[in-house]
Amino acid sequence: MKNTLLILRLVCYSGWLMTCFSGSIYAANMSVDIAFLTEKMPVSPALSNLDPILPDAGVQGAILGTKDNNTTGKFTGHHYQLKHMDVAVGEDVVPAFELLLKEGYQYIVADVQTSTLKKLSALANTNNVLLFNVSSTDSELRNASCSMNTFHIIPSDDMKADALAQWMLKKRWKKWFLVKGRDQKDLNFTKAIKRSAKRFGIKIVAEKTWNFDHDARRTAQAEIPVFTQGTDYDVLVVADVKGLFGEYLTMNTWLPRPVVGTQGLVPRAWHRTHERWGAVQMQNRFYKQSGRWMNDVDYSSWLAVRAIGEAVTRANSVKAEDVKGFMLSDQFSLAGFKGVKLTFRQWNQQLRQPILLAVPRAIVSVLPHKEFLHPRTYLDTLGYDEPESTCDF
Amino acid sequence: MNKYFFMLLMTFSTMIFADTLYITLEKDNALAVVDGETGQLLKTVPVGQRPRGIAFSKDQAYLYVAASDDDTIQILDATTLQVSGNLPSGDDPELFKIHPNGLWLYVSNEDDNIVTVVDLKEKKAIAEIAVGVEPEGIAIAQNGQWVVNTSETTNMVHWIDPQNQSIKDNTLVDPRPRAAEFSVDNQWLFVTSEIAGSLSRIDVSTKQVSAKLNFNIAGVDDELIQPVGVLAHPNNEMLFVALGPANRVAVVDIETMTVTKYLLVGQRVWNLAFSPDFKRLYTTNGVSNDISIINVDKLKVTKSVRVGHYPWGIAVKANSTDSSSSKSPTFVPAER
Repeated sequence: MKNTLLILRLVCYSGWLMTCFSGSIYAANMSVDIAFLTEKMPVSPALSNLDPILPDAGVQGAILGTKDNNTTGKFTGHHYQLKHMDVAVGEDVVPAFELLLKEGYQYIVADVQTSTLKKLSALANTNNVLLFNVSSTDSELRNASCSMNTFHIIPSDDMKADALAQWMLKKRWKKWFLVKGRDQKDLNFTKAIKRSAKRFGIKIVAEKTWNFDHDARRTAQAEIPVFTQGTDYDVLVVADVKGLFGEYLTMNTWLPRPVVGTQGLVPRAWHRTHERWGAVQMQNRFYKQSGRWMNDVDYSSWLAVRAIGEAVTRANSVKAEDVKGFMLSDQFSLAGFKGVKLTFRQWNQQLRQPILLAVPRAIVSVLPHKEFLHPRTYLDTLGYDEPESTCDF
Repeated sequence: MNKYFFMLLMTFSTMIFADTLYITLEKDNALAVVDGETGQLLKTVPVGQRPRGIAFSKDQAYLYVAASDDDTIQILDATTLQVSGNLPSGDDPELFKIHPNGLWLYVSNEDDNIVTVVDLKEKKAIAEIAVGVEPEGIAIAQNGQWVVNTSETTNMVHWIDPQNQSIKDNTLVDPRPRAAEFSVDNQWLFVTSEIAGSLSRIDVSTKQVSAKLNFNIAGVDDELIQPVGVLAHPNNEMLFVALGPANRVAVVDIETMTVTKYLLVGQRVWNLAFSPDFKRLYTTNGVSNDISIINVDKLKVTKSVRVGHYPWGIAVKANSTDSSSSKSPTFVPAER
């Protein structure tokens, strides 16, 4: 008996696309087709060989989200299918997107760079499809370049920087030494950090650009103490998105000071040490499926697919306009293993969510703390609030 | 109010039931034993890893404890509290309930999306029921007709027919349904949704949500109101709902689905249990590491008792001074 059951279960798991149930007892009478578009990016030079390069970042989250949607779907008669499309490094993404439009996809989850997302957003508007940004953290996309059919699932740089600033404020570490790289992403993060410092009354006492282009592994001990000399400060804030030098700042500064930002204490949408609010189950399911830990883009992709599933189930419709309407309504709420419901900001279609502050092997805190007051929800103390937003649909 | 019911209440108010509480301590891998009347911590007994769900067998001879990280439900002798065996619960057992027939135990296996049915006599798994993603709460109607399971990510209540251990119907509820409880007359099912901050009342005959209550507490952020444990008073009028990090227990009128009172208890209040005479309500408070004791007649919190790290589940047993008082009294539901 037990063996038969076990085999049955294994069959269920392996053939998730054709769930045992949709074929037999519960007829699937509505089909929801979701596309996942990945724009491959050139691999940046690695500081260490510790972190493997992930060829399947993002899409693994979408696969898990589709599985979860289909488990619900077997009871509601909805069937979810996921199509994955990779665009090679340097190739134009627009033709691939247009192909998806031609095939009738109404829901497209995009792991693409900021400039590409702007182009796709315009196309999504004219073709009345919904686009979900799962990787671009650029604040411009949530402000001047916002678009009415684009939803931002991944937290913006500003939300992350605000989370850091709130925690620093709580610790009374109000004097920052800012070290930034020269990449555009580093400059974006720097901008967000400066905005947060201003918002929370923190002073940036020094700001330096990391210009050294030799191998940090050999010279960190010699260079970093000199580089960080001359000013007293509470924390060193680093903006090095690609991880070209930031890891070597810790324990090498002239003064004994903690490092926060893109290295050291980091703000994240997800982290492998996150266990609270049922996150353990999510971590286990993801690990079992992909053989690795989930990152921010995977988590955002899972959320994007689940948000579609949740809206389809509740609105009982597969039409893009109904789904969009429901997502932006008061009735929509998504459970994302962060202890609170996740909802969309109507003014820029960014998903509200707490930010995890993590060190490599522990979660330090989950922000915002409820002591940061806000007339709507304390979650809106992170990122661009309604009066600050320059987004105009 | 039904006058017989009132007389019954009067009768009970003159009787005193002493009781003992058994509380699982999630982070201590232990069981706290507390005197219900005095609130005194009597002793702490080691059990398996990450103990959560806890319940007595129908004859109260055994105490079952879900040791989640050991992937088993331990069987403890109710008098000696020694582990005498294990039940094949499936992976990561959390919450479980025992069918009124005393024979079937229903447990959710969160990682596998199944509910396992264990035959307590044979100590064997007799069925595995595929349910939604992350099954959590289990409730069983007192007449034994329905077993329901809530799935946290699928956001559904699955209606299991215990006759053939299969799903007969599903009801969509608000996000992250955690716990469920049948009304004592078996007409309604109450389901708490942690993320939506709501309580749904489902009509058992139609399986449709007939009323919904969104909790609202002045001065407490909506995000912190996360209803979890739910317990129905046998008068069929009152329902107690633990609100997690809102640190309160809501007293709900089940007819009008309105809150009559919020009781301030310890931090992250989770599970609830009555004393055998229904005079006291006990709450486990995960973050403040204590339990709160509530006077049910006065609806007042009278005491909080530190019990150990992360108190989670709670089971209550009447102290058997004589044979008649060892059983829980039976209430007659009031007319609606």
